[in-house]
Amino acid sequence: MAIKTITGNKAVAHAAKAARVKVIAAYPITPQTTIVETLAEMTEHGELDAKMIRVESEHSALAATLGAAAAGARSFTATSSHGLLLMHEVVWWTSGARIPVVMSVVTRAIGPPWNIHVDHNDIWDQRDSGWIISIAENNQEVFDLTLQAFKISEDPRVYLPMIVGLDGFILSHTVAPVDIPEQEKIDNWLPERRQPYVITPESGIVMGNLATDENYYMMRYSIQAAMVEAKNVIKEIDSEYGEIFGRSYGGLVECFHCDNADYNIVIAGSWSGDAKEAVLKLREEGYDVGVMRVRYFRPWPDEEMRGLLSRSKGVLFIDRSISFGGKGHLMTEALTNLPALANLPAVRGVIAGLGGVDVVAEEFYELTKKFIEEVEEKGRFYDPLYWHIPMVHREKYKPRLPGYELTCYKR
Amino acid sequence: MPIKLRDFPRTHFNMPGNAACPGCPETMGIRYVKMALGDKAVLVIPAGCSSVIQGISPKSGINFPILNIVFAAAAAAASGMKAGFEMLGRDDVQVVVWAGDGGTADIGLQAMSGAAERGDDIIYICADNEAYMNTGIQRSGATPYGAWTTTTWTGKKEHKKNIPFIMIAHDAPYVATATVGYPQDFIEKIRKAASVKGFKYIHLLAPCPVGWRFDPALTPEIAQLAVKTGLWPLFEYHNGSLRISSFSRMYRNKEKRTPLEVYLKLQGRFKHLKEDDVKVLEEYIDRLWAWLDLLEKASHPSDTAKQLVKESK
Repeated sequence: MAIKTITGNKAVAHAAKAARVKVIAAYPITPQTTIVETLAEMTEHGELDAKMIRVESEHSALAATLGAAAAGARSFTATSSHGLLLMHEVVWWTSGARIPVVMSVVTRAIGPPWNIHVDHNDIWDQRDSGWIISIAENNQEVFDLTLQAFKISEDPRVYLPMIVGLDGFILSHTVAPVDIPEQEKIDNWLPERRQPYVITPESGIVMGNLATDENYYMMRYSIQAAMVEAKNVIKEIDSEYGEIFGRSYGGLVECFHCDNADYNIVIAGSWSGDAKEAVLKLREEGYDVGVMRVRYFRPWPDEEMRGLLSRSKGVLFIDRSISFGGKGHLMTEALTNLPALANLPAVRGVIAGLGGVDVVAEEFYELTKKFIEEVEEKGRFYDPLYWHIPMVHREKYKPRLPGYELTCYKR
Repeated sequence: MPIKLRDFPRTHFNMPGNAACPGCPETMGIRYVKMALGDKAVLVIPAGCSSVIQGISPKSGINFPILNIVFAAAAAAASGMKAGFEMLGRDDVQVVVWAGDGGTADIGLQAMSGAAERGDDIIYICADNEAYMNTGIQRSGATPYGAWTTTTWTGKKEHKKNIPFIMIAHDAPYVATATVGYPQDFIEKIRKAASVKGFKYIHLLAPCPVGWRFDPALTPEIAQLAVKTGLWPLFEYHNGSLRISSFSRMYRNKEKRTPLEVYLKLQGRFKHLKEDDVKVLEEYIDRLWAWLDLLEKASHPSDTAKQLVKESK
């Protein structure tokens, strides 16, 4: 065991190294760059026995990662924002091929205008692609999730590629203590690479030629079936990791005082820590409130979310992304379960922090307290698009949107 | 030693039931790749005719293990595969990209350029049928001047993009042109490529009866005519030195070339060409040969130059 005080990006690189990846293909994009830099350094200095392919685009990065994985090598890539959008076609091709690979997504806003700061629209954009999609809260979890991702994606019950998200700059460039277990312990826990097939001269395998529509349909069904199975695998690996390495996060979601609380916040990513801080303060003041932190966006935690919605008086969703013309992603996903519920809670969907706008614990406190008070006063309501304008910007923004009162000023 | 096709075993280099059109040059080409490399290769195939020729999964009409991949990423996927094989201690495997002209000259050019610049150890074969035939004969960057396609109804106004020259400019260790009309030449070049370390590029002219509008029985003949008219010079560029291949050598001499009209008249896609158009193409051929001449002379200093050096001593 060694505690290293490192950035989230370094934690990613250390996890890839600990998993003994054989091929890395990546293209630089802020804020992912230091992952590539660190891995390049590790391979060049002989600390990591892997081949690094310095590709000319992200589209090629994932294609090369897939190619290496198809040949049987454990492979890894990392990207962000526009890079992820550029590789989107190969994202689908990889999951369709059922080839396990692991990719880090350092979440970042999508332009224009150019913006390199944290935002979840890039990672949630991969929602429908058949990848397992997870997102970490802190650097320790970045390491643990990345390492677990290899075992989850290479599990014969799953055989799907996996994304590990970490918030741009907030985690990627901020140092925090990370406990890196001994290599021997990791080697004993993480099996040799397993995958459904390899394409070698002897294997005779052809991947991806035309299929009949019926076969295609059944292959899509099998991806969905693997996703459902992945829920168990994720929980299993999370708890066995806890037993061996001393850290378990609770599976698809992390429940922070959310077991019996009347009011709950649903949130994902690094700012969950700020939300938890606000919740602690509110609990001190006697408010019955908790946080359900979404760790896995795919497979979506249906059961957990259903339980939360049916036992809560009010649920406050906080999204760092928006589906334009629709709503925030976490709320949209959670509310697909509504028909299964007998009692509906009050729901508010907050859109905040887009493009890295900072939202601090005080604001979570304020948002949550206001929500609870409104529910206590008015009873059940549905407010799906509540644009939170951060404290520091209120005066600046107030007069600049004539004819459009932002919701937070509606009294 | 010259390659004799009849010496190859009578085996299924292509499998029965593949979905190729009659007279398809791609099945010919893939057969020659198999003859050249045997059972030590895997193919990477981006979108194109060859994605379809394989037929319906779970079977395949091409006798190779294949990674099918998205249109723009063939070279990158092959680089990854090669790296994977190397890391697993399998240096014996040849990773071969089999891509069309669209997947090479247009949408796949960036990935190929990257792989070539990195010197990734793969063989890239462009089976050039001079248009997007799989989607229904739309023009590509490799469609020649004057050719009718379904997106150039009055004939293409621009010349063919010269990919082999672009690959020479990448300083690739091996670049060659070939056609399905001269299988021995093609097979020799594949074997040569396989013996060279680094990025190898072979541009195979593949006349398509459907898209070029000719009798499917004439595929090899049309391919040979492309060489005999001087329009498609066969050459080899290896470690910085360019050589015109034996089947093309005599056509350095303009007099010996078959008149271009013979080639054009056999193809419906050139039916509408006027005399001026033919002239434009003939001038293109002259330019092409002038370039080749320059490159060949530059890489092989002439005897006169050697003479001058001697005299100056």
